[in-house]
Amino acid sequence: MPTSDDKPTPNTDEPVTGAEADKAAEIAAAKAKAAEEVPPKNPWEEKPVAPTHSDAMDDDDVVALEGLVVSADLFTGAVTATVDAEKILDVCRFLKEERGYAFLVDLTAIDWPEREEGRFDLIYWLHRHEDSKRVRLRAILGEDQTIESVESIWGAANWMEREVYDLFGVIFENHPGLERILTWEGFNGHPLRKDFPVEGIDTGAAIYPDVYPPGGGPIVPEEGEGA
Amino acid sequence: MPEPILQLLLIPLIKIVVLLVVVLLIVAYLTYAERKILAYMQVRLGPNRVGPKGWLQPVADGLKLFVKEDLVPGGAEKLVFMIAPAIVMVPALVMFAVIPFGEPFQIAGMTVTPYLADINIALLFILGVSSLGVFGIILGGWSSNNKFSLMGGLRSAAQMVSYEIPMGFAVASAVLMAGTLSMVGIVEAQRAAHIWFFLPGILGFGIYWVCGVAETNRNPFDLPEAEAELVAGFHTEYSGMKFALFYLAEYANMMIVSAMAVVLFCGGWLPPFPNLLAGLWALPVLAWIPGAFWFLAKMSFFLFCYIWFRGTFPRYRFDQLMNVGWKWLFPLSLANVMLVALGVLLLKG
Amino acid sequence: MMNGPERPLFDVEEMEISFGPQHPATHGVLRLQMKLDGERIVEAKPIIGYLHRGTEKLFETMTFPACIPHTDRLDYVNAAHNNQGFCITMEKLLGISIPPRAAYLRMILAELQRLASHLVWLATHAVDIGAITPFFYTFRERDEILDLFEEYCGARLTLNTMKIGGLPFELPQGWLDRCAKFVDAFPAHIDEYETLLTTNRIWKRRTIGVGVISPEDAINMGLTGPPLRGSGVEWDIRKVFPYDRYDEVEFDVPIGTNCDTYDRYLVRIEEMRQSIRILRQCLEKLPEGPIMAKAPKVLRSPEGMVYGSVESPKGELGYFIVATEKGTTPYRCRVRPPSFVNLQALPQMVKGSLVADMMAVIGTLDIVLGEIDR
Repeated sequence: MPTSDDKPTPNTDEPVTGAEADKAAEIAAAKAKAAEEVPPKNPWEEKPVAPTHSDAMDDDDVVALEGLVVSADLFTGAVTATVDAEKILDVCRFLKEERGYAFLVDLTAIDWPEREEGRFDLIYWLHRHEDSKRVRLRAILGEDQTIESVESIWGAANWMEREVYDLFGVIFENHPGLERILTWEGFNGHPLRKDFPVEGIDTGAAIYPDVYPPGGGPIVPEEGEGA
Repeated sequence: MPEPILQLLLIPLIKIVVLLVVVLLIVAYLTYAERKILAYMQVRLGPNRVGPKGWLQPVADGLKLFVKEDLVPGGAEKLVFMIAPAIVMVPALVMFAVIPFGEPFQIAGMTVTPYLADINIALLFILGVSSLGVFGIILGGWSSNNKFSLMGGLRSAAQMVSYEIPMGFAVASAVLMAGTLSMVGIVEAQRAAHIWFFLPGILGFGIYWVCGVAETNRNPFDLPEAEAELVAGFHTEYSGMKFALFYLAEYANMMIVSAMAVVLFCGGWLPPFPNLLAGLWALPVLAWIPGAFWFLAKMSFFLFCYIWFRGTFPRYRFDQLMNVGWKWLFPLSLANVMLVALGVLLLKG
Repeated sequence: MMNGPERPLFDVEEMEISFGPQHPATHGVLRLQMKLDGERIVEAKPIIGYLHRGTEKLFETMTFPACIPHTDRLDYVNAAHNNQGFCITMEKLLGISIPPRAAYLRMILAELQRLASHLVWLATHAVDIGAITPFFYTFRERDEILDLFEEYCGARLTLNTMKIGGLPFELPQGWLDRCAKFVDAFPAHIDEYETLLTTNRIWKRRTIGVGVISPEDAINMGLTGPPLRGSGVEWDIRKVFPYDRYDEVEFDVPIGTNCDTYDRYLVRIEEMRQSIRILRQCLEKLPEGPIMAKAPKVLRSPEGMVYGSVESPKGELGYFIVATEKGTTPYRCRVRPPSFVNLQALPQMVKGSLVADMMAVIGTLDIVLGEIDR
């Protein structure tokens, strides 16, 4: 059986001859010299440095919201303001009407099943056209809590909230038509929750259930039917 | 064989068979021509697999439609659903009876007319029979028990009814100039007048052509079968030979409209510029060419225009189509009839 | 005259009709439940989800680089922007800055893809309105673009051609020349499409004043991309949040004035011309150098939420990634699909118009169901 010994690996145990040692020393010296002289490396040649979090309580939108913001965090150039879920409607209305955030870019949720403060993070991602500033709102929601719909503030929230309801099971109060949107009516479960299996669940839906009974496994031809 | 029987039965029968075969052949190859011409307009090749250069494509299509399963939707009104394609197809073929393809010629001492009948109300006959076809479309659309078909049928009915009126008036302008309703008479009148009627009646000719395209539900007036909106319109639920009948009837109607345009406005079987060329070198050559050639050549031009439109125009919207029909073509055609009548009165009276 | 309860002479009721999910004009498996009064639309309700594949759930089970091929399948006529969006979001999260050559090549690929996507839009939009010929002209040019893609990465539709930190391959020999040749020839082709449509009376009558949405409504409904610009709001991610090297090239953002389908058509046609302008500059400025940044082999994320967006041909395509400390997979990856949000405005845009206008409006929104349903 061939072993790793067969590979032509450089053997470090070999004695180094004088000439070779000199040469190696020369190269090392040249390298060291070159390293001193090279201009600062381009950013793409350096090891990437991950961005860090910093406090953003002094952001002017956060300041304008006064006591409504629980905490604010600045990461990769975006402010995430954590607000009280019960006051989300007031906060959103204030931001739209007083601060000019007329555009709801995105509304989504994150599931943290083990977290103590509450299971869901609802994320509102707002945009202001005047100076292209964006702010992210985060509302923490317990599993059995509901939240006010912001559909009356931004029309775009309608389908986004339906999607969050469909995929996470978060109930939005006063939504004009909170129906499932991506899965079908009567689907059992909320797929983007962390406890929903990736491989899916048996929904009971079957084509020709009398011919192919659900859970029946592969069809084996009966005896006498031939292969 | 006694002369009368020969004259009354045998010759018409032979003519009917020849006419049907020729018309259906032209229709079949019109579909091929359409696909080929459209293809060249759209930088592609078109059918080229069946036979040399795809010449047998219409045969293959016909065979496919013959052997295809003939589906009848469960909720359909069966009898009406079956009859509807026939109601569309029969008038389309009947109209060919009065189309004069050429002038009478002699064979074995007998005068043969290259048309089935020269009745003195031929034009009226065509207008009357052509409006029967719409019943087939409405019935087909309604009996399919499909909302898209129903909408297609309704659109078609509204469209045909509205465009028949300006079309009638446009045809009337040619009748005024000719002084007869007979198709042969109209062509003879053009020979006598030394001019094709589309020159003095250019407005009427334009109106006739627009209405003719609309009557046959072709682009840009193809709303009854607008696939982007109504899937396939009134024939969504049809398959196999019944679908083929609708399809053939559409092309036969295109031929009728083109043939009418030739007879009414473009001198029928007459060679181009009948009397201008008299005495010129071309005359003997022109005399040799049978009238049917000129007729078919002119008809082909109009048929080509149909295909050309299809390759060029988007589709009108339903209300816009109605606007064009009632607000533009209708008053224009009325004015045209009065103008032509006045002109005829001044020149002849 | 009549005894008993008064009854109307004709019993008028609205017809309910279900367009799709199998219908030639719905661009995929969109279903529209419509109430019609004759040909007039009383109410239209889009029903989506027939193409839902749970992509966002799948992202949570895959390492960051493994997500990229799956982004191709979201907007399948527009794979390069999906790749780009995911990659720049990840680069933001990991703090990677990519070499200029990679950035320029990405821009070239993205702009070619924008042309290809707009060509598909033009083709289907024209067919919906009844003009069948532009379809074949546009697909002829689209095929040339796809040939360029195939030569570069081996795929024509689902490209999977970007990596977090740069690009996977260097260009094949002579690719730039062929690309330049295409770029030089393309403006003449745009003129060709325009001769068929822009001044066509029927085309104008079918599109002017159809599907009007005011700028305020457009912003309220979250429209982005050409539908928003067609309503006169000058807003392009490439200008306001420049990514890659879009701040180094010159281009204009075309906007409409009448907020209708015709203006959106003109905006997209002009965008194609601007894409050509960008492509010319990119080909000219394309620097030499590496195409990959020095990124670690196994990507481990810092904890936090990050959002990155690109201007896809449909609008703002955003990726919102939630990462955990030293995670190798996204904890949650949300895609902000422009078509999904744009489609939401459809009922408002078609209310009270005719059935035929519905087709024009679906065409003008330029939706792709793969992206809507995810």
